[in-house]
Amino acid sequence: MPFTKAAFYDVDGTLVSTNIVHAYAYYATNRGSLLGIAGRTLATAASVPLFATLDLFNRKVFNEFFYRYYAGLSEDRLLTLAEDMFEDVMKPAIFPKAKDLIDEARRAGCKIVLVSGALDFTVQPLARHLGADDVVANKMQYVGGVATGRVIPPIIEGANKANAIRDYCVREHLALDKSHAYSDSVSDYAMLAVVGRPTAVNPDMRLRSIARAYNWPVLDLR
Amino acid sequence: MRPLKTLKKLYDEESHIVITEKGSPPRVLFSGEDFLLEDLPVDTRVIFPRPPLEAVPNLKAAVRWALNHPEGMEPLHALLRPGMKVTVALDDISLPLPPMKLPDVRQTVLEIVLDLLADSGVDDVHLIVANALHRRMTDAEMKRMVGQKIFDAFHPDRYYNHDAEDPDGIVELERTAHNEVVALNRRAAESDLLVYVNINLVPMDGGHKSVGTGLTNYASLRAHHNPKTIRESDSYMEPARSALHRSTERIGRVIDKHLKVFHIETVLNNRMFDGPVDFLGKKEEDYTELDRLKFEGMKYALSKMPRAAKRKLFFGIPAGYDCIGVHAGATEPTHDKTLELTWKQYSVPVEGQSDIVIFGVPYVSPYNVNSILNPLLLQVMGLGYLFNLNRGVPLLKKGGVIILCHPAYDEFDPEHHPSYIEFFNRLLPETRDAAVLEKKYEEEFARNPSYVHLYRKANAYHGAHPFYMWYWGENGRQHAGKVIVAGAENNHVPAMMGWERTDTLSEAIDVARGFMGRTAHISVVHIPPILQTDVRL
Repeated sequence: MPFTKAAFYDVDGTLVSTNIVHAYAYYATNRGSLLGIAGRTLATAASVPLFATLDLFNRKVFNEFFYRYYAGLSEDRLLTLAEDMFEDVMKPAIFPKAKDLIDEARRAGCKIVLVSGALDFTVQPLARHLGADDVVANKMQYVGGVATGRVIPPIIEGANKANAIRDYCVREHLALDKSHAYSDSVSDYAMLAVVGRPTAVNPDMRLRSIARAYNWPVLDLR
Repeated sequence: MRPLKTLKKLYDEESHIVITEKGSPPRVLFSGEDFLLEDLPVDTRVIFPRPPLEAVPNLKAAVRWALNHPEGMEPLHALLRPGMKVTVALDDISLPLPPMKLPDVRQTVLEIVLDLLADSGVDDVHLIVANALHRRMTDAEMKRMVGQKIFDAFHPDRYYNHDAEDPDGIVELERTAHNEVVALNRRAAESDLLVYVNINLVPMDGGHKSVGTGLTNYASLRAHHNPKTIRESDSYMEPARSALHRSTERIGRVIDKHLKVFHIETVLNNRMFDGPVDFLGKKEEDYTELDRLKFEGMKYALSKMPRAAKRKLFFGIPAGYDCIGVHAGATEPTHDKTLELTWKQYSVPVEGQSDIVIFGVPYVSPYNVNSILNPLLLQVMGLGYLFNLNRGVPLLKKGGVIILCHPAYDEFDPEHHPSYIEFFNRLLPETRDAAVLEKKYEEEFARNPSYVHLYRKANAYHGAHPFYMWYWGENGRQHAGKVIVAGAENNHVPAMMGWERTDTLSEAIDVARGFMGRTAHISVVHIPPILQTDVRL
């Protein structure tokens, strides 16, 4: 039976306790050569204050800036490492009740879609593990099998997540007003506001107060 | 001179009714977490509860006697075999109201039953809270209900809340002749024996309703928790005249066919107020000077406290209920005995209906223990419970006026009642028609994964529950010509319900008289403690 509605899940902080920095750190520390590992690890560590400031300032700018660090990594290596990264980093970080929530949405007849600002190859193994039907995530640009550090636009984050969800519902003939969205962060306000059934999950203070103001349910998956 | 028997009958029937005269004292009425002290118009009929019946002198002995002399079944010890699988189900925190002083009667019953099971070599024992679509009880509430020793021995693996949304935790039995779904908790259904430990506060509780609603799922509850069944029930409190009970009986009989169920039903008296607040159970005519002083002091203190603190205070005062009877055995003969005793405590004979009926609505309902009486629960208290506390004939004349004393605050508990918030803010502005709400939105709420998750993993009422609250008020809504909330602190809550509001009770009485005529007959139902009117026309 075709789906008539969907449940859209943000990933980082919502379903798993990791974020895109954890994922990149895994790639950086598994560079393949000692020099490469040292170089990328040190560069990443040195940039942490910058990441934090940028994330606070603007998630979009943060993502665009951050993905430049992938430049020079080979596509094959990234895909292979994605599976290992899922097993080593993401799987242990899945919130205990995340699977239940997804199962409940599936029983309610929702198509399960993960919507993430992370790169698609890092989210795919998680989607398979959780039994998600689809993934909407950022795609890295490759030239000659090597990552350029640029993401194929439009970058999936903030207000663009809402646009991506709206487009997805049109394309897949899903009712946006009957669909659900789940996120932990106020940066995903647009994603939550665009669907008919938004829910705050493990919310930060700002999202919790918005959720209370708009009477959105608040879940804790931890 | 009249014979003693006649005098006793007269006293028994009339001592609970006081007709207001010029010198009558003002009445103490609940208004949420506060009290009103109101002079009522002359000739107003005030209906008081019966005094609490005397407790059984030795509760443990009474339980043991019931287990050994059950109705329509062999004694419990004769049903037990070493190595058998037994499940004990318990009523949840919605009974009694407010929670009773320790030990809770369920703890006393369990201590005896669990010892008996252990002595009979029955080790595979699970305790399940029969919460149906109610919120899960917290660990602290579960501990309070059964005591530290049982809690430590069974929780969490063998003492837990029923989960109506566990896809692997429910078994469907055959349907009833009316095609009603009969679904049951898997552990209970697959047990060799199910023991149900009940608390009976009003006649609506117990009997087939215990297992058939407490341990089931949404699909089965839909059979009777719907506007049509509610409209066909003259009173939820009079099982013989209730379509709701006929449905639960059909479901219960299928359960009894498939599963051996041993019921232990306990009946409590109405000693809701004890110790420093015992005066609240008295007629104002019987208040001593100390009682008046305590009341004024309490009223003043409450007026200075924030509402959350008042709630905390009230929920911190347990009720002094006593157990007045224990019956055990097969579902129907046991419940017949229970009902007989329940009526004895709660039924108050009343001559004729009234044009205007006034209820003081307290801070607590079955669905907000340790929480907020939100607008939907105010509605269910007024039009669902209080209006229906009768034996098939409402105290209110058709088309009459109900006056509810309550602030009608727009407050919800997002942890316990998240789906209520959406129901109130999104659905009620669109329609108040129960049939439309059921058809258009009930399933959507019931299947909403966020609400399902909050029900299963947190402490929220199920997504379908606010609908049940609205249906519960259906008969009151259809019957009353007008509902007025006296003391409502805002306009929008009463307006959303389709009600009127006034600042004071005397204004509400004026408005009601304007609607029903100056000679309108007024009754005040002086609760809590609970009573049920037995109206003779």
